[in-house]
Amino acid sequence: MAGPVMTGEAAVEIAARASLWLKPHRIVLILIALGLVLAAAVFMRWDWLPKYYGMGLLGIWRALWILAVTCTLGFLLAVPLGLAQAAGSFWFAAPAKVFCTVIRGTPLLLQLWLLYYGLGSLFPQYPWIRESWMWPYLRQAWPYGVLGLTLSFAGYEGEVMRGAFAGVPKGQLEAARAFGMSRWRIFQRIWLPQAFYRALPTLTGETVLQLKSTPLVATISVIDIFAVSSKVRQDTYLTYEPLLLLALIYMAITGILVFTLGKIEARIPNKIG
Amino acid sequence: MTAPATALKHTAQNGAAEAIHVQNLHKNFGKLHVLKGVSLSARDGEVIAIIGGSGSGKSTLLRCINCLENPTSGIIRVNGEEIKLKADSYGHTVPADRKQIERIRSKLGMVFQNFNLWSHMTLIENVIEVPVHVLGVKRDVAIGEAEKLLARVGLTEKRDVYPAYLSGGQQQRAAIARALAINPRVMLFDEPTSALDPELVGEVLKVIGDLAREGRTMVLVTHEMKFAREVATHVVYLHNGLVEEEGPPEQIFGAPKSERLKQFIRNIS
Repeated sequence: MAGPVMTGEAAVEIAARASLWLKPHRIVLILIALGLVLAAAVFMRWDWLPKYYGMGLLGIWRALWILAVTCTLGFLLAVPLGLAQAAGSFWFAAPAKVFCTVIRGTPLLLQLWLLYYGLGSLFPQYPWIRESWMWPYLRQAWPYGVLGLTLSFAGYEGEVMRGAFAGVPKGQLEAARAFGMSRWRIFQRIWLPQAFYRALPTLTGETVLQLKSTPLVATISVIDIFAVSSKVRQDTYLTYEPLLLLALIYMAITGILVFTLGKIEARIPNKIG
Repeated sequence: MTAPATALKHTAQNGAAEAIHVQNLHKNFGKLHVLKGVSLSARDGEVIAIIGGSGSGKSTLLRCINCLENPTSGIIRVNGEEIKLKADSYGHTVPADRKQIERIRSKLGMVFQNFNLWSHMTLIENVIEVPVHVLGVKRDVAIGEAEKLLARVGLTEKRDVYPAYLSGGQQQRAAIARALAINPRVMLFDEPTSALDPELVGEVLKVIGDLAREGRTMVLVTHEMKFAREVATHVVYLHNGLVEEEGPPEQIFGAPKSERLKQFIRNIS
């Protein structure tokens, strides 16, 4: 259907569906939104946009990859954290519990600053670190931001995964045992998939929250989209314009995230348990 | 392994190989002494029904055979191979050889009271799971076999349905198909109809009865006395963790010797 020539039938069908969707209240809301955009375009100053365009795109890109990397790594950490608490012996469960409690009990800003200003200022004192291959990375700010956000996500999701693992019916794990599955097979085929499906709606929400945590890396000198808007404000003395645009960008990303993750959620086998 | 697998009811003779042998089995749950020295034997083609009151230890006995419960002491042999047991650091008896117990389990088809189908898989996926991922059967071969089994339990049109959308009777029949898919040496049934609505019991019993009539070796824990009398070749009555009386169904139900068994049969009929 991506061809340049649209057949008459398809056009008629689209028109029919559009007329179904375009109810009076929707038309009114669309007009209001268009009016707001128009008012913002006419009455506010946007002449700075071309100058900061490239920087802004780079900022959005940074925010997105930080979100993707920290959520992925954080989830990979959360699985063993949750498993240790749900099924591990004391020596596994206790450290995992302590980690999750500390992470969830302290502000993310404080964790980031402890890592960047604390750990980050400790490393240069050791010549062997400064001479190692790690130094080019450790002297930059972003590894600390990524580490901080990853640990934070892991802490929250570890707790979510604990509940998800514990919620898988024991009888189903027992059935897997009764048929001679090894521990690893049971985990891989039965326990983890079901725990993941159970946790997915929560994970969607937490990913959106994580997006709104990424601006904190601006406080440790990582130039994400939030830092770009601050720079615009400092340079041009404009308050509302960059902030409104920033709000719009975060809302757009959130919208795309919720839509995509919702599609994935809709594909999982429903009525688990 | 030379036993004829064609034995019909009452024809499984002592000449048939012993598929399951349990000797002097004890099981404690903490201070609770559930099994106090039980012995049980199932030869090829035999259908052993274990009956008894609530708390008599009949489910525990069945679950000890594949070490879902670890026996406190005693000997368990499956296909003549003794399950190696050892004491762990807490003093509990556990299987000594994980590979051995996994291999033995994959020859025993277990059917549970609560079905325990894997809820994130469709019926066909449930049935091929163990053949493909434990026994190493090729996926398309396993699917072919699974379709036959689902047809056999009358669930062909439900092959791509998730368990939550099925009635208890359908789920239990699917669970039987899943157990048959491993081509088990022995089928173990743990009160397969106890969690079902009364009107669904019949369809499940019919499937189990057909298996019994075709000579499949089975150990069956059940409350369905009429059914046990029909299909079993040997009935074991458990009371308080001990075998109170055992024998062919005509004798157990027709001419019980022990006073407790007489009372048990009076109470349930």
